[in-house]
Amino acid sequence: MSSGIITVSYIAASALFIMALSGLSHQETARRGNLYGMLGMGLAVVVTVFGLVTNNLTFLIIGIVAGGYIGWVLAKKVEMTQMPELVAILHSLVGLAAVFVGYANALDHSTALTGVEKTIHDVETYIGILIGAMTFSGSVAAYLKLSAKISGKALQLPGRHLFNLGLGVVSLYLVFVFIEQSAAGGGTGVLLLMTLLALVFGVHMVVAIGGADMPVVVSMLNSYSGWAAAAMGFMLGNDLLIVVGALVGSSGAILSYIMCKAMNRKFLNVIMGGFGTPATSSGGGEGPAGNEGDIKPIEAEEVADMLANAKEVMILPGYGMAVAQAQHIVYEITKKLRDKGVNVRFGIHPVAGRMPGHMNVLLAEAKVPYDIVYEMDEINEDFPDVDVSVVIGANDIVNPAAQEVPDSPIAGMPVLEPWNGKSTIVLKRGMSTGYAGVDNPLFYKDNTRMLFGDAKDSVDSVLKHLSA
Amino acid sequence: MRIGVPKEIEEGEKRVALTPDVAAQIQKLGFTLAIESKAGEAANFDDELYKQAGVEIIEDPKELWTSSDIIMKVRPPKEHPELGFYGVELLGKGQTLISFLYPAQNSEMLDELSNHGVTALAMDSVPRISRAQKMDALSSMANIAGYRAVVEASQHFGRFFTGQITAAGKIPPAKVLVIGAGVAGLAAIGAAKSMGAIVRAFDTRPEVKEQVESMDAEFLMLDFEDDEDGSGTGGYAKTMSPEFIKAEMDLFAAQAAEVDIIITTALIPGKPAPELITERMVANMKPGSVIVDLAAEAGGNCKLTVANDVVVKHGVTLIGYTNLPSRLAAQSSQLYATNLRHLLTDLCPEKNGEIDVNMEDEVIRGATVVKEGEITWPPPAPRISLAPKEDVGIKAKQALEEKEEKPAHPLAFLAPLAICGLALFGLGSVAPPAFIGHLTVFVLSCFIGYMVIWGVSHSLHTPLMSVTNAISSIIVIGALIQISSDSAVVVVLATLAVFITSINIVGGFAVTQRMLRMFRK
Repeated sequence: MSSGIITVSYIAASALFIMALSGLSHQETARRGNLYGMLGMGLAVVVTVFGLVTNNLTFLIIGIVAGGYIGWVLAKKVEMTQMPELVAILHSLVGLAAVFVGYANALDHSTALTGVEKTIHDVETYIGILIGAMTFSGSVAAYLKLSAKISGKALQLPGRHLFNLGLGVVSLYLVFVFIEQSAAGGGTGVLLLMTLLALVFGVHMVVAIGGADMPVVVSMLNSYSGWAAAAMGFMLGNDLLIVVGALVGSSGAILSYIMCKAMNRKFLNVIMGGFGTPATSSGGGEGPAGNEGDIKPIEAEEVADMLANAKEVMILPGYGMAVAQAQHIVYEITKKLRDKGVNVRFGIHPVAGRMPGHMNVLLAEAKVPYDIVYEMDEINEDFPDVDVSVVIGANDIVNPAAQEVPDSPIAGMPVLEPWNGKSTIVLKRGMSTGYAGVDNPLFYKDNTRMLFGDAKDSVDSVLKHLSA
Repeated sequence: MRIGVPKEIEEGEKRVALTPDVAAQIQKLGFTLAIESKAGEAANFDDELYKQAGVEIIEDPKELWTSSDIIMKVRPPKEHPELGFYGVELLGKGQTLISFLYPAQNSEMLDELSNHGVTALAMDSVPRISRAQKMDALSSMANIAGYRAVVEASQHFGRFFTGQITAAGKIPPAKVLVIGAGVAGLAAIGAAKSMGAIVRAFDTRPEVKEQVESMDAEFLMLDFEDDEDGSGTGGYAKTMSPEFIKAEMDLFAAQAAEVDIIITTALIPGKPAPELITERMVANMKPGSVIVDLAAEAGGNCKLTVANDVVVKHGVTLIGYTNLPSRLAAQSSQLYATNLRHLLTDLCPEKNGEIDVNMEDEVIRGATVVKEGEITWPPPAPRISLAPKEDVGIKAKQALEEKEEKPAHPLAFLAPLAICGLALFGLGSVAPPAFIGHLTVFVLSCFIGYMVIWGVSHSLHTPLMSVTNAISSIIVIGALIQISSDSAVVVVLATLAVFITSINIVGGFAVTQRMLRMFRK
């Protein structure tokens, strides 16, 4: 196959990938977008296999078939509530692949470069492996955190900023060492050392970030995996990799930015960590926001009554709904109420859950039609007309402290405002704080009632009383 | 522990301290319940209903008083008209009485309770702090009284409340003045408003202006220089200065001539009710007007009012019923019983049917007037929890103002551009053309990604991430290029890379497909 055909195919694949991303911007075109992505990937792989692979086809086929099978099984089996974990672990694979490709390239001395070209190539290899290793270990840490195999709390070592800075300086220094040694035909040792540092850095970066910031972390890692691919593209002189890497990289970066904006936080602050721990320095975050006696518990039966007699109901789901797998029953309740003429809508905070768009996926799984699911900005001003808001397993995203307490750790974060409605019912396991470790004054408000218990059991019994 | 609920013996009292609904909930706390036969009859709660709710029915009230650990009542104990016993004398150590007790007016009864070693909680002494709202029986009764006041007024008022234009002529809307916008006043405003009347309200506490306006009523402002604030502790008004009262009276005189219905709710705890409507004002009102005086029991806001009666003076009907909640007995019993249930919930944190009169708890401390024979009334002054709120608001505002960054220099945005330009220039002067070509592709792709992603709707963020994840596996191309190498290490690495990227490609696309299939309109 001529190199012209390969290049043209790569251009077509790039176009298909761009169309895939733009297709995903709307519900109606999203599935088509995904198809474009598959087509692009298929085209790129087939053309490369037929055009450039001359040897070891067996290994290749075994790799593709075995990997593909595992991927297929994973995709079929995963629970929708576990999407964040799956996405995180898939990111780690991209990072790991980048590391392998980078090493393979560094160890392959068949192409001889000299002078500036050699230096640039070495730097590209170095950066590619660096980002790849960081993505890998960071994603694994994120996966462990999301699947609760390690604590979701931010781990903050003393002097962590100095530690990070040290790692950065050492990595920078090692580039020069690597270029020098590589010119003499060596450098693998330096690469290994750098990889080790990058792995440590990746883990450290993710564990220092609090659980509430997980959506940012996941999209940030998404971005990194893109940059890793782009760096590989530079290293191999392959424009397709560069294009796709840049697309993914910038898309992840924008998602991170959108998430940060949704929490009114600076990206740098999120990366520096320090959000997930209970505030120690600020007065506003300390202590409960009200007396325990201000909490007004309610029984499922009364909840059912309130819902049945309301005209406007707003359901505000959070991570708790995902954990309890309550989305299906929530939709059963929604259907019942809508049949009775109650206008039930869903209000989704941009950072609800542990991944951008997490709640939408869960609600979609439960077959909630997406035209009754609204974004925070669309529905916040509707709350005064809402008779009953039902908060299911959410905390920080409905915390009025963000607006009322200026020194609260979440001050200034845009939040859903159910307290402007006529009444609010909060489904909650107990009185613990959310991931941000900030107490929630909403629970103590006059028109708030608390329905304690596992979200699933609670909605179950509400549904029972509604049907009765 | 066993809770006994006697029948109320006060004449005209139709309420009862327990309803079948609430009985079920109290039993969940571990208590057993008994009620005097026919106790709920006047409030339309049959003995049969109580029996179904698991409450024991007891015929003899004396037996009920002696055999119960806790007695729950509405009215303070009183000499039984037929059986000739008083109740308190039957109580002994270890027994608890929960009721309205009005300890300020009933010091003799307090002494007697103390002599018998009883513990007594007065529902009217529950502190009016926000966490005690759920057991604030005064508020729940005042709410009913306010509503009923409007109903009584409409019965004696010979016209519509709402205005209409009909074929038979125009009906002007009634004008209602509510004096005292406490719980009862606000309830009256709401009821009168919903019947279509024009409602005005007055209160000496300026902070209730907002509450009145939130009910869509007009708040009458005094034309008064001094900033006098009538708020006392516990949400009640305090006595005002003579100048203030003069301005207030002028306002009422002007209003009286204009409005059709006046509902007065002005009470100052422990003192006779202030006289707000003088005889002259009544005489100036239009014939057929109605005054409902909710302060009749404490002497009345109008001296012409006769407690427990309806009188007509100067052509104006004055209603002086003192027990309006009893006129909505089923509703008020339900609310009062719920208040009691909340108090029991606080008294019995373990839910084991045993009460613990914890004097450290501010609410229980406030309500307890006799503890095991020792008189504990009056309680220490309540902590004020309202004041700091304003400060927080001001602080928030200041913090926001401080946060506003000073405007950047108009040309500041050029700085990063200049730095980028210089860096590119430096790179361009040394790098080979092939690299520059790749760089061009890279930068342009970043911009395309930037443009494309901005349009993605929030709900599609997760599918977007899994798709971008799948396509970032394009790294497989790198591995494919290398797999044909002669070096064994490179082949192994490349094969591994192909393997894991394959997981990613298939997994990513498949899971995206699965997710997208679920989105439906």
